[in-house]
Amino acid sequence: MAKPTFAMYWAASCGGCEISLLNIGEKILDVDAAFQVVFWPCVADFKYSDVEGYPDGYIDLCLFNGAIRNSENEELAHLLRRKSKTLVAFGSCAYEGCAPGLANLTTNAATMRTIYTDCLTTDETRDRLPQPLSMVPEGEIRIPVLYETVRALDQVVPVDYIIPGCPPEAHQIAAVIQAVISGVPLPAPGGKVIGAGTVAVCEECPLAKNVKQITRFYRPYELVPEPGICLLEQGLVCMGPATRSGCGALCPQVGMRCEGCYGPLDGQDQGARMLSAIASVVAAGGPDQDEAEQEHAIAAVMDTLADPAGTFYRFSLAHSLLRRVRVAEPGT
Amino acid sequence: MENHFQPIIVGFLCNWCSYRAADLAGTARIHYAPTMRPIRVMCTARVEPEFVLKALREGADGVLIAGCHPGECHYVEGNIKALRRFTLLKALLRQFGIEEARVQLVWAAASEGKQLAEAVDRMTEELRALGPLRWRETVLGEQPVARRMAEAEVGG
Repeated sequence: MAKPTFAMYWAASCGGCEISLLNIGEKILDVDAAFQVVFWPCVADFKYSDVEGYPDGYIDLCLFNGAIRNSENEELAHLLRRKSKTLVAFGSCAYEGCAPGLANLTTNAATMRTIYTDCLTTDETRDRLPQPLSMVPEGEIRIPVLYETVRALDQVVPVDYIIPGCPPEAHQIAAVIQAVISGVPLPAPGGKVIGAGTVAVCEECPLAKNVKQITRFYRPYELVPEPGICLLEQGLVCMGPATRSGCGALCPQVGMRCEGCYGPLDGQDQGARMLSAIASVVAAGGPDQDEAEQEHAIAAVMDTLADPAGTFYRFSLAHSLLRRVRVAEPGT
Repeated sequence: MENHFQPIIVGFLCNWCSYRAADLAGTARIHYAPTMRPIRVMCTARVEPEFVLKALREGADGVLIAGCHPGECHYVEGNIKALRRFTLLKALLRQFGIEEARVQLVWAAASEGKQLAEAVDRMTEELRALGPLRWRETVLGEQPVARRMAEAEVGG
């Protein structure tokens, strides 16, 4: 019997997902033994035209990482959906936009200005923007069109499964791949999250929670946290309460706040949930104060939290309720 | 030129005071802008930020949250918890390019029908000046379900 076919693709991503797959250690040999790789730009020399030549549904398992940032990403999303039996949004970018999705906090024009005009270390390439069309002796070259709004994979094509994480934890990937190889039936497809928990990170975090309230927030560089105590209660914006478990609460255990990379729990908006969680640990505004004093005291605490949108939606902005910011003049 | 834009305000009203204030405004025959769609909640603390974000995404031009004056909450300090959320929500909405007047928190006791009506009138005028939000169309480039339905009804 021919081996099942395997593909992995990167759209707008950093490449960390590819590394996380290799992080499963010697189990990668099982992957090689069980699957025939038919497309994997990071490790093997296949061309897009090879994929176009495959019959529809030829790829048994396709791990798609990366957000949809430009026209090339979108084209490959449609192509790989057509050619794949099972399409998995692999990692936070494909699932919910992740760091590329933070582009939705600004505009392409502003991004380009930062990179090609305002950046201090840019010298001879200053103000030389990428051109959509270039003429060379062999003919014309077009680069992909950069979209104004970054999208997650399931906002472009239907996705069968989601493996969250930035990047997904090796033991979670290994468990899913082991299940696929051994023929254990997966849950019914339809965009279900697999390879992750169903509770918040706080539930697997061993740090002591004393239900202590706080009066100011700290950025990570401003505070060396006391070991063994909940980071949120120490004033660090730890995303644990609003984030799906599955990682084993690795970051909080070494004193680094959870940044939220496993995304929200089912049916939640990560930023909105985090906002609620923050509001419940803030002490200001006691019932003994008058209305104006309360407002002032609460505002003073909240002002110490820099960049709520970028912090709460660091990974999930493109998949959140509002998805992107509004700009007065589109395109400026 | 007269501004005929009739904004849509989703109002989350506390069961113990502001919903009764709205009731009182009705029985007292107070005339005020017919722009608010009231939703009764048990407490302003029940209003999750998600409700506000979803209302704005699905076609509301503004969201009004109304509850008991601080110190008068039926659940002792639910309204203070709402105020903490609201303060941070305002900062978040600013980053999303949503004007401050679009999401407001007011206090209206059960006897303050007039004050609630005035708050709706005032907010309506502010939203008229700002114009429609239409998040799905103007920001996401989609058609909103609610407005599509309204158009279908008008078109017969």
